[in-house]
Amino acid sequence: MDTIRRQLLKGAGATGALAAALAAGLLKPTQVLANEWNRAAFEAKESPAVLKALGAGSSSDSKDLLLKAPDIAENGAVVPVDVVSNIPNTISIAILVDKNPFPLSAAFDFASGAMPEMSVRLKLGQTSVVKAVAKTADGKYYTVQKEVKVTVGGCGG
Amino acid sequence: MRNALTLAIVAAVAGSLPTMGWAQTKPVAARKPAAAAVVQKAEEKDAATLEFEKFRAEMEDSNPAELFEAKGEELWKTKRGPRNVSLAESCDLGLGVGVVKGAYVQTPRYFRDADAVMDAERRIVWCMVEKQGDKFEDIAKRPFATDTHTPDITSLVTYVASQSRNMKLAVPLDDPKVREAYEIGKEMAAYRAGPYDFSCNTCHGADGRRIRMQTLPNISTPQGALRGVQGWPGYRMTGGVMLTHQWRMGDCFRQQRFPEPKYASDAVAYLLTYLIGTANGLEYKGPGIKR
Amino acid sequence: MADPMKIRAQMKGDVAEVRVLMAHAMETGQRKDNAGNLVPAHFIQQITVEVGGKLVIQGQTGTSVSRNPVFAFKVKGAKAGDKVVVNWVDNKGEKRTDEAAITA
Repeated sequence: MDTIRRQLLKGAGATGALAAALAAGLLKPTQVLANEWNRAAFEAKESPAVLKALGAGSSSDSKDLLLKAPDIAENGAVVPVDVVSNIPNTISIAILVDKNPFPLSAAFDFASGAMPEMSVRLKLGQTSVVKAVAKTADGKYYTVQKEVKVTVGGCGG
Repeated sequence: MRNALTLAIVAAVAGSLPTMGWAQTKPVAARKPAAAAVVQKAEEKDAATLEFEKFRAEMEDSNPAELFEAKGEELWKTKRGPRNVSLAESCDLGLGVGVVKGAYVQTPRYFRDADAVMDAERRIVWCMVEKQGDKFEDIAKRPFATDTHTPDITSLVTYVASQSRNMKLAVPLDDPKVREAYEIGKEMAAYRAGPYDFSCNTCHGADGRRIRMQTLPNISTPQGALRGVQGWPGYRMTGGVMLTHQWRMGDCFRQQRFPEPKYASDAVAYLLTYLIGTANGLEYKGPGIKR
Repeated sequence: MADPMKIRAQMKGDVAEVRVLMAHAMETGQRKDNAGNLVPAHFIQQITVEVGGKLVIQGQTGTSVSRNPVFAFKVKGAKAGDKVVVNWVDNKGEKRTDEAAITA
């Protein structure tokens, strides 16, 4: 049985049947959690390899994909990143931190009314470009990116 | 009289050689330097500071400190310790047994049963020892959170502090015992010693000082003192640990290369009385998030 | 056992805003402890969110997610009273499930 995860993580095209299955609530979390973590994508050490593992080898920039993150992070251990996709039929969003040892940070699939947007907090080992990738139901990929500077700290706050 | 007292306390602090003392691990030279505070124009707010502030509200709206509040509430209400009694049914934080609402912003205060001025953390420890039957030494052995362990006392303090969210600080300074503690705390803040001849006030006693990217509050003013109070207990982004105001006082001593005061001691209670008392009347926002 | 999550789910207009705090070390496997030993990787790998009995979000995460993770999502078509169920499982197979009702 396929899962929505594979829409993004395996780069497979979305299927109407799957969307219907999700809409009908046919997938139980226990089944979902039994699925395999996408090792290839999460253990890739460079962003291009991550994108390839996600099936997003070719993508285009989009103004409708919004990424909010600080210009300068107060602390690289906790960097708030918000991604909102206004691209119609967005079904998945992934977030990458280029300079991290393993750039892929999170990949989320949205169904049954979940809006294609998410807020997460990420570790940045150093100043880095943060990228978001959105996938639409017709199998197209869109990206947006922003550089976040990481400063050296003072004392206990 | 007060000078003599202050000196006695500082000597006691120095004599206690606490957990992070000189004897441990790295030599002094290998530690990060104390980054002498650089004086800047007081009104200046640079782009970085503004950028930090922009994301603060969002960070505080979803603060992992809530995880510790929840844990602390459970600990407060559960029968525990050798005497199998809950703090909720035995501990008086100054407003009556079991009353938590508003207690944090009204400490430090003088507690007759202990004949001491106590900040909230010290008081909870006292209750754990006197009411629940725990051993002080056991609590004081590892009083603060590390990357692998958050002590119960930290969660308890976080819970109690959360129950004073958006309330005004009201340390009872009209109590002569508390006033005395305030004055001693004030002198401790000004007391210069240690290998760098630092005092608390070296960094926190004048406007416009900073360490690297961070501006430092001047704790001799109500607004500056409030900055030293606000957000404690705090979820510290560095290390991702929950730390208390007691910890913060100790860390200032560490940064001064000064032996740290004993946990839950008079010294820390007096410093906190000075700091929080100076901010009296201003609003406390509850547990926060810290760099 | 892992500590409980904190889930806040609230209607804002016709959209449910869901925010989840998870208690987890999210160890990268690259950090050394005070004794100089490498701390083994320990991190949440999969997350699901169910609203009103329907799976609405499923995600996978890596070591870049901050310690004690915070996630926020928005879900249309939900209503006050609907149950939100969040699951996570980490690389050691530890799991946690918590739920909350959407408030008005």
